Amino acid sequence: MNIPAPTFEWFELSPLLIVLVGACLGVLVEALMPRRLRFVSQLVLLAATVLAAIVMLVINWRQGSGGILAMGSISLDGPAYIAWGSLLVFGLLGILVFSERRLDNGATVFAASASSVPGSPLESEATTARLEHSEVFPLALFSLAGMMVFASANDLITLFIALEVMSLPLYVLSAMARRRRLLSQEAGLKYFLLGAFSSAFFLFGMALLYGYAGSFDLKAIDVAIAAPTFGPGLLYTGIAMLAVGLLFKIGVVPFHSWIPDVYVGAPTPVTGFMAICTKLAAVIGGVRVFYVALGAERWSWQPLLAVLALLTMAVGAILALTQTDIKRMLAYSSVAHAGFLLTAVVGALAVVPEGQVNSVGSIMFYLIAYGFAVIAAFAIVTLVRDSAGEANALSGWSGLGRTHPALAGVFAFLMLSFAGIPLTGGFIGKWAVFSAAWRGGYWWLVLAAIIFSLVAAYFYIRVIVVMFFGEPNRQVAVGKASGMTWVPIVVGAAATVYLGLFPGQLLELLAGAEVFWR
Amino acid sequence: MSVPWLTVLGLIPLLGAAVLCFPVKEIAKGLGMAFALITAGVAFGVAALYVGGTELAEIAPWIPPFGASWALGLDGMSLMMVLLTVLLVPAVLLAEWKLFDTGAFRWSAQVFFALVLALESLALFVFLADDVLLFYLFFEATLIPMYFLIGGFGGARRSYAAVKFLLFSLAGGLVMLFSVVGLYAESTRLLGRPSFLVSDLAGLGFSPATGMLLMVGFLFAFAIKAPMVPVHTWLPTAAEEGTPGTSVLLVGILDKIGTFGMIKFCLVLFPDASREAGPVMIVLALISILYGAVAAIGSKNLLRLVAYTSVSHFGFMVLGIYTFTTGGMSGTVFYMFNHGFSTAALFLVLGFLISRRGSALVESFGGVQKVAPVLAGTTLVAGLSSLALPGMSSFVSEFMVLAGTWSREPWVAAVAVLGTVLAAVYILLMYQRVMTGPVTDQVREHVTTDLNARERWVMAPLLAVILALGFVPQVALNVIEPTVVATLTQAQISDPAVPFAEK
Repeated sequence: MNIPAPTFEWFELSPLLIVLVGACLGVLVEALMPRRLRFVSQLVLLAATVLAAIVMLVINWRQGSGGILAMGSISLDGPAYIAWGSLLVFGLLGILVFSERRLDNGATVFAASASSVPGSPLESEATTARLEHSEVFPLALFSLAGMMVFASANDLITLFIALEVMSLPLYVLSAMARRRRLLSQEAGLKYFLLGAFSSAFFLFGMALLYGYAGSFDLKAIDVAIAAPTFGPGLLYTGIAMLAVGLLFKIGVVPFHSWIPDVYVGAPTPVTGFMAICTKLAAVIGGVRVFYVALGAERWSWQPLLAVLALLTMAVGAILALTQTDIKRMLAYSSVAHAGFLLTAVVGALAVVPEGQVNSVGSIMFYLIAYGFAVIAAFAIVTLVRDSAGEANALSGWSGLGRTHPALAGVFAFLMLSFAGIPLTGGFIGKWAVFSAAWRGGYWWLVLAAIIFSLVAAYFYIRVIVVMFFGEPNRQVAVGKASGMTWVPIVVGAAATVYLGLFPGQLLELLAGAEVFWR
Repeated sequence: MSVPWLTVLGLIPLLGAAVLCFPVKEIAKGLGMAFALITAGVAFGVAALYVGGTELAEIAPWIPPFGASWALGLDGMSLMMVLLTVLLVPAVLLAEWKLFDTGAFRWSAQVFFALVLALESLALFVFLADDVLLFYLFFEATLIPMYFLIGGFGGARRSYAAVKFLLFSLAGGLVMLFSVVGLYAESTRLLGRPSFLVSDLAGLGFSPATGMLLMVGFLFAFAIKAPMVPVHTWLPTAAEEGTPGTSVLLVGILDKIGTFGMIKFCLVLFPDASREAGPVMIVLALISILYGAVAAIGSKNLLRLVAYTSVSHFGFMVLGIYTFTTGGMSGTVFYMFNHGFSTAALFLVLGFLISRRGSALVESFGGVQKVAPVLAGTTLVAGLSSLALPGMSSFVSEFMVLAGTWSREPWVAAVAVLGTVLAAVYILLMYQRVMTGPVTDQVREHVTTDLNARERWVMAPLLAVILALGFVPQVALNVIEPTVVATLTQAQISDPAVPFAEK
């Protein structure tokens, strides 16, 4: 009996492997290092891991290597390269904020002992002993590795595994806030239950599609749709179930209800990390499934997604209007942004002239522009504090423009980018996705998106009004942060300016890397 | 092409704004003024080059995947707008020089000067842009400094006024974004490659329905900008709450982008759709003329009054555009220039009066001409310019608009003339209530000084321009007319036969 040895492209997959190995090493550090060295070594390990992964990614990109790898389970194509690169960059920036210790008297935002009951003697004991959970770094790395796989998975099994690998650490991280622990634990539990529920849908959809196509492979599903052996009932039910799982992770209405609670309850650095990295991975992975496996069936899912995009924009933008908590407002704004993104998915597969960005390219640009802004915005949210920790109520931000003009100016600029005002990266992103939708023939969706952009602009501007024209709030001060917070803020804001003024380079890069391998 | 003069021109004030971001406390105002004057100098140099026939257009790829270019160009109309901008900005800066010594304003002079310079730079680029995306970008970007100028320095309800201004403008801008996105998608389909250059897009031959859809998007934004009834309501609020200087920038410069855009984009890119929209726009223009005038007569607040007169004047400008005659449209472009100066003069001189009295209500005044004769006289001249008295430059432009309208639609001209009559009413009534009559106690108490040297230096150049162009309008019209002729030729519209000459 002859069993062929599986092939595995070690070099091409090295960025992914490095992150996974880095995460495993992090667990070892946790087990073997003396306590006082753990935090620093975790941080060094994290930076080294991500930087090494980025270097390997660039080397691979330069060599032009890629293709369907690891026995057909990973597709390292243009979108996967872009997704990996941006996940690594955003991951590094986002996880850096985890390690901020100057803001809260030398403690991180994570609970001293996450497993203790809030208010119990065990908890105060851990706090007095100044314990800290440095395992948040390997957790985040595991999650990052899951996201990378998710964005490049070429079959449904890999996709599902990646979904779980990226989600499980996030459930834990969400529940670990040092302050307002009950809220945080509730967020973690809610996220876990709803996530598990959506995974079940996903799994069921997978099974149905397997029944329809006889394979988990995305390409094989595409082939099966072209030459069906079964009726479409199995296919449509499968697509719907699969879509529930994917849209849940992206945060599309009506599967968005976890977003506000989890974003508010989770420690703010984790929120920032989730806000972009989860979304980016989920969108790229989801778009890959829709385009590669279900592209031939697009006439049945495009109208549905158009309606969901409309609903998502509407619910996100309108509910954000009434929020008085800055994190909750940003959470609803992220729902609205998911809606704007979906408009481009609807414009899928329209033909574009050579050298222009198609819908995938525009989605990726939007995500990158949004990512830089959102990482910086959540990092700024960690800075504005009162005696009980972060001052998340909007009233606490009143008059910040007078007491801290530079910081408020940066935050106002990020708000303008979210609102899609020109000279910011957000504008070019909106521009790109709207034109993709129009090319797909959905001009009415563009019109709707523009109306909701205006609604959304109102609540972003409200933040600016509060900051610049309100009376300063005496109880609130801007904490003195270390570089761990400032670096993401500065990088995020600078990238937002750069992408607003000179988007050409990134767009050209995307235009050359926007076709999925099949 | 050696020096990209147009880019340099636009960047100088931006550089000034950047310099003012550094702590230069004592010399901030001087520095700001220096940058404004250098800009004006360069602008006149550019004007000389343009008149001399030098090719000034610049083009460089900017976002190749979108087909967008850094394309700047100058024609007669944009030259007039550039000159208007660079002349009004120093006047505004000088007029607001002492604003900050009173302590009533929360933000510092340095911020004000920086914002004004940033606004000047963005406005210049708006007028120079030859690429639709570039235009859109700067069009929207001007909102941000203006928003802070109103919200940071205005009266008691400044925050409300600023948000109202921003939301109205954003609504227009976003609808225009819809059209720009559509223009991009449709032109890519027709051209086979993306391009935003006005020269590439003109005469593409959109299908009538598409052309109309896209044109309406542009027109909506421009109608909000050039405040036309019924989307004008943000302007009186903004003018009432903003400082007079801010209002000059808003009404004198930024609102011109509306009429400017109607000519440069609506008419050139979508001639058929624009012609079809003509009757609707004429009716809206007439409504604006009359409504603005009547509302001005009824205004209790001086700044609000001037804002409403502008609504009326913008009605005339729009009328000149949508009757499609060479004379009328040249008149409109000239009107855009003149209106900038006459409104600036009126806003600023009333601003000087209001800052003395501490109130902007008409009823707070009476008999000012006895205590401050120069101030009253200046107000009268500025007011007469606003009502288009012969001898003032605004008379020439208003006459051209009406004559052009007459040649196309005599009845429309007859209705529009009512606007000039009402203009006399609102200006003279205001003058009578504020300046003549017995001196009230409050006026005697508060208006203790006449215009001082600084204020005279603000007003003198403005009035000089108004009077000079009133007598030799040909200087400006020679620059304007070729552009208008070219625009109308491109839109394939010919002048109507002279109605009475043929008999």
